[in-house]
Amino acid sequence: MKVLSSYQDGKLTLHLKGELDHHEASAALRKIGRVLDDYLPQDCVIDMEGLTFMDSSGIALILKISRLMTETGGRAWVENARRQPLRVIDASGIDRMIKVVV
Amino acid sequence: MKQRNYIKMEFPARSVNEGFARAAAAAFAAQMDPTMDVLGDIRTAVSEAVTNAIVHAYPDSAGPVQMRLRILEGDQLEIVIRDRGRGIPDVKKAMEPMYTTGGEERSGMGFTIMASFMDSLRVRSSPEKGTAVTMRKRIRTKAEE
Ligand SMILES: Nc1ncnc2c1ncn2[C@@H]1O[C@H](COP(=O)(O)OP(=O)(O)OP(=O)(O)O)[C@@H](O)[C@H]1O
Ligand SMILES: [Mg+2]
Repeated sequence: MKVLSSYQDGKLTLHLKGELDHHEASAALRKIGRVLDDYLPQDCVIDMEGLTFMDSSGIALILKISRLMTETGGRAWVENARRQPLRVIDASGIDRMIKVVV
Repeated sequence: MKQRNYIKMEFPARSVNEGFARAAAAAFAAQMDPTMDVLGDIRTAVSEAVTNAIVHAYPDSAGPVQMRLRILEGDQLEIVIRDRGRGIPDVKKAMEPMYTTGGEERSGMGFTIMASFMDSLRVRSSPEKGTAVTMRKRIRTKAEE
């Protein structure tokens, strides 16, 4: 998978692309940790438009991003998730802990 | 139950095989003409079970993981993921949502996701002998839905 980022007016958008599983998750998290440190954004959008597959490793990653953002007084939320990642998000119930914009 | 078709495969517990295993399972299931959503559910359930074998069953080695899929009478798809790793001491507890021994990188939602995406989930495990996860789902064809 790939993680691209864009930044505007205090809002960092993480564009996740490809398949997010255990094999890909640790490299993705390292990259995201670096970008968050660089920008220290107020808001962080996890944009899943390009994400074609995600399993519970993605759930852990979303929760981790949310935690990192809360630590620095910011917020994170999920946008543009396709059907399969959305079904995993629904089944895990994390939409009670993080906003999921559909 | 009579089986109409099956595949069996074995691969070492290396994370690079997670993507291969779910793609292979989806390619086999495609002959049942499932919807895209159901194909996604199958890929997800397989990814969860295979990842568990890789992460938890063999923490410091790349032991064997077996995957078997069968098409049974009544359009039932059965998926079995088997490892010969360390086993699960308390299966009931392990299957509770959010229970994990994996730390921050894991969410403890794998079994919950398998259970919600498949019609049935059975986990048999014994210390040192390993774990077998059996999942079944009746596949309605695209035409039926
Ligand atoms: N094949 C296995 N061998 C040994 N232990 C296992 C196996 N599968 C699961 N477990 C145990 O069951 C627990 C729960 O598994 P589950 O898949 O629900 O969550 P997880 O793998 O910890 O996290 P997640 O799947 O959300 O990444 C694991 O933390 C582990 O202790
Ligand atoms: Mg798991």
